[in-house]
Amino acid sequence: MIIRISDDALARALGADELADAFAGKGHEVQRTSSWGMQWLEPLVEIDGKGWGPAAIEDVDDILEGGANEIAIGTIVDHPFIARQQRLTFARAGKTRPLNLKDYEATGGWSGLRRARQIGAEQILTEVTQSGLRGRGGAGFPAGIKWQTVAKAQGERKYIVCNADEGDSGTFADRMLMEGDPFALIEGMAIAAEAVGADKGYIYIRSEYPDAIRKMERAIVLSAGIVAPFELEVRIGAGAYVCGEETSLLESLEGKRGEVRAKPPLPAIEGLFGRPTVVNNVLTLAAVPHILAEGGASAYERLGLARSKGTMPIQLAGNIKHGGLFETAFGVTLGELVNEIGGGTESGRPVKAVQVGGPLGAYIHPDDFGIRFDYEEYTAADALIGHGGITVFDDTADMGAMARFAMEFCAAESCGKCTPCRIGAVRGVEIIDRIRAGGRPADHVERMDVIHNAPRHGRSQEQEIGLLTDLCETMKFGSLCALGGFTPFPVMSALKHWPEDFTRAEAPVEAAE
Amino acid sequence: MSTKEHKIGEIVAEHHRREGPLLPILHAVQEEFGCVDAESEALIAKGLNLSRADVHGVVSFYHDFKANLEARPEVQICRAEACKARGVEQIMEAAATAAGDRVKLTDVYCLGLCSSGPSARVGDRLHARLDGPKLAGIIENA
Repeated sequence: MIIRISDDALARALGADELADAFAGKGHEVQRTSSWGMQWLEPLVEIDGKGWGPAAIEDVDDILEGGANEIAIGTIVDHPFIARQQRLTFARAGKTRPLNLKDYEATGGWSGLRRARQIGAEQILTEVTQSGLRGRGGAGFPAGIKWQTVAKAQGERKYIVCNADEGDSGTFADRMLMEGDPFALIEGMAIAAEAVGADKGYIYIRSEYPDAIRKMERAIVLSAGIVAPFELEVRIGAGAYVCGEETSLLESLEGKRGEVRAKPPLPAIEGLFGRPTVVNNVLTLAAVPHILAEGGASAYERLGLARSKGTMPIQLAGNIKHGGLFETAFGVTLGELVNEIGGGTESGRPVKAVQVGGPLGAYIHPDDFGIRFDYEEYTAADALIGHGGITVFDDTADMGAMARFAMEFCAAESCGKCTPCRIGAVRGVEIIDRIRAGGRPADHVERMDVIHNAPRHGRSQEQEIGLLTDLCETMKFGSLCALGGFTPFPVMSALKHWPEDFTRAEAPVEAAE
Repeated sequence: MSTKEHKIGEIVAEHHRREGPLLPILHAVQEEFGCVDAESEALIAKGLNLSRADVHGVVSFYHDFKANLEARPEVQICRAEACKARGVEQIMEAAATAAGDRVKLTDVYCLGLCSSGPSARVGDRLHARLDGPKLAGIIENA
């Protein structure tokens, strides 16, 4: 019997290797595939298209006999979580062995690159632009326009850089793609190289993803002959969240401190080592092979709504019953994602808040669950899609503590180049602490007789909230990059929707003179 | 020539023709010696014709590079939003008790296992769907 078990990092973290060994020990052939993305069912065992999960070593005999009914999910492709999806970027998820070139070819692999080489740079640029593909890393910049800029830029050498520094909590699509379908990313990068005239590509992967690093390195070796003369190399990050920002990532690749660069010049014109560079997220590049395959561009353009075209691999995370990867056309509402597809919280308690777009994304209140997945709709609501991560919190969450954490995280991860982010985040933590303490009494200096220009009554909670609002404005408009610029989103949204989590404390008693 | 000098010379020689060789070199040095200390910084600087300040600036910027050798085994625990939503904060006390002085606990911000936290990493081995006793077990075996 052929047993299929994922070798995705999540499945492995939940004991998939031991499970695979147990099946192999009973004399069965075990194939290690990519993950279907139904993460609450990992490790998922697949036999003849039917699934069992989450499976444990004790279930092995039962599964082999066709029993283990309590964990049987029936035919995997008919499972509502899979059947409801529209998978383009993750079309191979669960179906192929990640590092098997035959599997990749048999599922349409390299057809995008072959066609790209036939139609030439000009036509590739036209099709990618027509598809409406926008950067999936968060900023949502049209990929075709970026590529055109690089193609037109003058330079003796050009680069394709893949941003695989997926540091946002609640996101794992880059990881799953690199671990599950590494050749798709390579193919996308090779097509980009063809379009702009680059001969070298770098994939910058965060050090927290050891499995993805190992698989990408292996996939590059295996496919070197296919993408030649284009050359690829993996570079490993070193634990700096800010290196997910494209200019900081370029500095890091150059071997420097990951400090953000001021823009302009755009990386498309002066990027890596001052040369024209395409910097795209994993999901953006991995969406390209499909678009370049026969008729893909117009098919892609027909999906989605308004200016958000195609599909988005959405990641359901946090306190959610059915967490995992859900790829669907833009336009799905947050309520559908959390309650219908995700099945509500795992704890069974009511949903209190949902953070969309990672640590820099706004906390959205269940009253606003009608919001549709669309770049512009989120921007209008002072929120962001980011990298498509959705983190669900139940009613035990303390949103004041989460707001404080957002500032704390920004302070720890700030590159230090601009003041609003470097100092603002530290002050932000202090102000939130004072708000939560109910304001602050006049301090020693303010109470001194010689001081005439300072108030003697300390600061009330309301005044501290005013100060936080002011600080957030400054960070939002004064920071160089999204780290300082977007940290106000989680902070202010938490304050707006759950003020009671900030103001529970009584005003402090004025210290006696 | 000390063995360290020799080894770092080899590492620099292996990487110095690459574009932007410093990060790969620092990773290799840390892999070899467990840290990038002041002596290593000076040797790398010399090898790449950089100033020691340049190299120190890079080493100190990134969380991954350690200035001193850590003798204790390390367990990384994700403390980011998704794991917080799944209760990692409630099991940190048990983790600290299990770790005592023997194991070093490090906070990490996201291991990419966000639907199935709390999660932890020991070396290249990942663990998910942890609760207090499971995490304590991992720490005790680290």
